[in-house]
Amino acid sequence: MKHLRAINKKARAIGEAVAQVEAASAGTPTDMDEDVVALQQQPRPHVPMGCTLSFSPGWEVDAGGGTAGLCQPVERDIYDCYVTCFWPVQVPDHVNYSPDWASNCATATKDWRSLDLVFP
Amino acid sequence: MTVMQAPAYRRAEYHGFEAGGGHFIYLVSAGAIFEIDADVRTVLTRLDGQELTHAALVRELASDGRDTAEAEALVRELRVARLIQLGAAAPVMPQAPPADFPLQALVLNVTNQCNLACTYCYEFGADKIATPAGKPKYMTLDTARASVDLLIAEAVGRKAVHITFFGGETLMNFKLLRDVVDYANAATAAAGKAITYSLTTNATLLTPEIVTFLSDNRIGVTVSMDGPPEMQDKHRVYKNGKGSYAVIEPRLRTLIAHHKTRAITARVTLTEGVTDVVRIFRHLKDDLGFHEVGFAPVTTGEERAYSLDDNGMDSVLAQFSLLADEWLEYALRGESHGFTNVSETISELISGVNKSHPCGAGLGLMGVSPSGDLSPCHRFTDADTHTMGHVSSGIDRAKQGEFLKKGHVEAKYDCQSCWARPLCAGGCHHEAFVRYGDTGHANLHYCDWIRQWTDTCLRIYGVLAVQNPGFLERFAERKGLS
Ligand code: SF4
Ligand code: SF4
Repeated sequence: MKHLRAINKKARAIGEAVAQVEAASAGTPTDMDEDVVALQQQPRPHVPMGCTLSFSPGWEVDAGGGTAGLCQPVERDIYDCYVTCFWPVQVPDHVNYSPDWASNCATATKDWRSLDLVFP
Repeated sequence: MTVMQAPAYRRAEYHGFEAGGGHFIYLVSAGAIFEIDADVRTVLTRLDGQELTHAALVRELASDGRDTAEAEALVRELRVARLIQLGAAAPVMPQAPPADFPLQALVLNVTNQCNLACTYCYEFGADKIATPAGKPKYMTLDTARASVDLLIAEAVGRKAVHITFFGGETLMNFKLLRDVVDYANAATAAAGKAITYSLTTNATLLTPEIVTFLSDNRIGVTVSMDGPPEMQDKHRVYKNGKGSYAVIEPRLRTLIAHHKTRAITARVTLTEGVTDVVRIFRHLKDDLGFHEVGFAPVTTGEERAYSLDDNGMDSVLAQFSLLADEWLEYALRGESHGFTNVSETISELISGVNKSHPCGAGLGLMGVSPSGDLSPCHRFTDADTHTMGHVSSGIDRAKQGEFLKKGHVEAKYDCQSCWARPLCAGGCHHEAFVRYGDTGHANLHYCDWIRQWTDTCLRIYGVLAVQNPGFLERFAERKGLS
């Protein structure tokens, strides 16, 4: 620790923990995961494949640096995004704005071609 | 739609203080003490009354002329040490202590008889909670042996156990005491455990033989007394009203001169009219030669004639501070002073205790009444409302669990925002019961007092940490041995 001087046993124990964290992650605490972190940061944040982190709208590249692992609204099964995804922006919003968007798609596996973009 | 906000830093709960030219913080969540530099103070000031996101905080620090990497490192250090936190800390809910928490010490109430009739006595005075009518007045050897056996059986995993002899006037049952020590020495040796002893007495019955026995067996002695003659004789009187000072003085001198194996401590009860702390200390320490002198305000329910009012408490605290300054002067010279109230707090600060319960009562410590009933501590002995099993049948785990759940600091609403709670944890269960009728009630009548006192001791700690840290180390070692 550079700015804190431990002066009792409990503080020294905390100091050791700080030193360990610093040594293990070259200065990046392991519990910084609530922080905004950049993908290029080392060590890399954990990125789930297949969908975005629930708190990270605006994801542009995936863990591999490409777009294949991106969240559903962009590249994957857009029907599922519409039905289950919490994120209300890039997909048609069936609650407030486009309740009928999927009305001519009775069976998604068969009718998915009849889904179209939403024009505001 | 879900609204997302970037989490922001806020200050963790701490108590800041200055001492010896340095700045310090006492971190409440841990009981840790840190000396902090100007950079840390800057961060804490920036977060005073507001929250800042990581980016905003780093930006502000950098705007002071720091380079960004340094500012990042500073924020990380504070974050990992938990001086600052992102968002609100998760609330900690009361946890029941493990049901099989091992016993460490028993207080044997070898008799509930006393040859004095101190007017403020919690055992027999107006605030008593004990109901000794119809119960044995003296503990028998069988009960004492069963107590020792219980202690050994319940001290699972402990290397050493402790027995405190208590009363009434303990020495009214000295014969038992001698036999118990023999029995307990043998029994603990057979169980592969060490044992230590202590005893509390009013000193009226001390004889040279008893003193020799106490010294030979390394039995620590605490003498309850109130000070020089006029103070001692104010409340500590025989049943006929006669004061006890003249009787105990020569006995104390013998005790202090001949008991060489343990520190001899005086414990003073402060009451209305007996608040001259400095004078009492001088008399007990310098004139009589006690090694340690500790003070405690009397426990009272309502407005008893002897209870301390606010003025009394203010005067007590002011004098405590005078003695505390003296304690510090001694410590800076590397000498021990003997004002127990400071020594106790300092030793807790050294290790950084963070208590779930105010004391060991009902946890590692229990009281045993003359009849063998178990209670949370010596002050609850023979109070039917607080029995917690019997030495022959063992600890009543259900009652113990209930007592401990109530007494857990997290269950005391008023203490949740108090920075002194790692040390106080709501205060004495017995006092809470006498004052509020509930062992789980926070002792709100002395909060200001506790916080002021804790702050005083923290400052002493800070000065020593800057000017004579070696003393703190030696102190910690010595405490560990006592
Ligand atoms: S009893 Fe008072 S001083 Fe003690 S922890 Fe609770 S609020 Fe703080
Ligand atoms: S309950 Fe009170 S008297 Fe009993 S051990 Fe705890 S602090 Fe002491």
